[in-house]
Amino acid sequence: MFRNQYDTDVTTWSPAGRLFQVEYAMEAVKQGSAAIGLRSKTHVVLACVNKANSELSSHQRKIFKVDDHIGVAIAGLTADGRVLSRYMRSECINYGYTYESPLPVGRLVVQLADKAQVCTQRSWKRPYGVGLLVAGLDESGAHLYYNCPSGNYFEYQAFAIGSRSQAAKTYLERKFEKFPESSRDDLVKDALFAIRETLQGEKLTSTVCTVAVIGVGEVFNILDQKTVQSLINEFEISGEEAPTNESAAEQSGGDAGGAAPDQGGAAAEEEAAPMDI
Amino acid sequence: MPKEHANWSPYDNNGGTCVAIAGADYCVIAADTRMSTGYSILTRDYSKICKLADKSYMASSGFQADVKALQKVLSSRHLIYQHQHNKQMSCPAMAQLLSNTLYYKRFFPYYAFNVLGGLDSEGKGCVFTYDAVGSYERVGYSAQGSGATLITPFLDNQLKSPSPLLLPAKDAVTPLSEAEAVDLVKTCFSSATERDIYTGDSVEIIILNANGVRRETEQLRKD
Repeated sequence: MFRNQYDTDVTTWSPAGRLFQVEYAMEAVKQGSAAIGLRSKTHVVLACVNKANSELSSHQRKIFKVDDHIGVAIAGLTADGRVLSRYMRSECINYGYTYESPLPVGRLVVQLADKAQVCTQRSWKRPYGVGLLVAGLDESGAHLYYNCPSGNYFEYQAFAIGSRSQAAKTYLERKFEKFPESSRDDLVKDALFAIRETLQGEKLTSTVCTVAVIGVGEVFNILDQKTVQSLINEFEISGEEAPTNESAAEQSGGDAGGAAPDQGGAAAEEEAAPMDI
Repeated sequence: MPKEHANWSPYDNNGGTCVAIAGADYCVIAADTRMSTGYSILTRDYSKICKLADKSYMASSGFQADVKALQKVLSSRHLIYQHQHNKQMSCPAMAQLLSNTLYYKRFFPYYAFNVLGGLDSEGKGCVFTYDAVGSYERVGYSAQGSGATLITPFLDNQLKSPSPLLLPAKDAVTPLSEAEAVDLVKTCFSSATERDIYTGDSVEIIILNANGVRRETEQLRKD
């Protein structure tokens, strides 16, 4: 009832202690097309759904290389994502120039989060309308982070954002326990399965998705269409289903909770205030 | 009151010689590895050559601290270019960037004498030679540094290229083969080492061609 009175600008609190503009920004992320990320001890895979507006137009780029050891997938206002990617690239270049070593991923996501927070506390700004899945490799291992418009960030074993991401999250929740020991190729396959879940029956081809990998001995690179299509063909020809039955048998204790083993909570529930996580 | 001269200089000369030769389908970039100050040797094993892009290598003599700073600036600018254009910079593009970077500090210059070598978009060898503030020219071959005055006349004589001093400028790319050019470079450095005290120890040679990049080292006199 009070939502409309307190949502005009980002610097106005609601009586319930919520900033509606920030929550609306998180909505924008949910409306964007899906992006997923998952990691093992040595590799991180990012994948996203890339639907072109019409047959005549090109696909929108949702995965960006930030540095040899960091990449990002976005969901939401892609223009905001592009600008933030440029910021991330610039930070990596400057850090590399000063310290002659790669910027640790954890530092970059904190800087990103602080940048997002600024936009939640200035009356002349608006929050960024994009969620970022940051995949990176540094001395402390392989990392996957999610940065949201609120200025919060979380580390994940696997995560999905954007429209119909719940389907992918359900799949990832079933499989995430075996990810740390997965091989690179299995990880890519799982990513494609997760993307397929978000397509809800539509055919999965390399024209609708993009996959990128970063890992030990492999700089961040976006897989080309041919490679992705041949991987898709492999598991579709072999009739491999996203193993629903097998993992149900594996699971002894029922739900393994959210897709977040390290820190932070599960993905945003629709009704609860997202900042509670 | 007559003006006093500073007893401190922001610059030092670390000596050394750099050479680059362009061929029809290759490019040779070479520099000695001796780093000196005054009449002393700081190290016998210092590389003056830097890979700026897949097809652009820069060799610089002069004040190595400024050279290092210049190399870092250019490498970072190349990264930005790659992010924006999704491809590597071509050698002529890098040549212009180097010139602009040097002139940017026109009133407190990089004390660096550069030779940029690489392959152009047609696969032909290209060499660009610079002064400290960015004046540059595409040439068929060039030498910079303390041994340049000893090497340049020798190259003029031996490379069988049309003279680069002719007007209108004729393409001075050498008709020599890659192996002959590499051999010539080694001879240049051996000769320069004899008479120039700042050149010696060893020479690092980079050869760029359609197959990729190759690196050779040749020992020189250590005295």
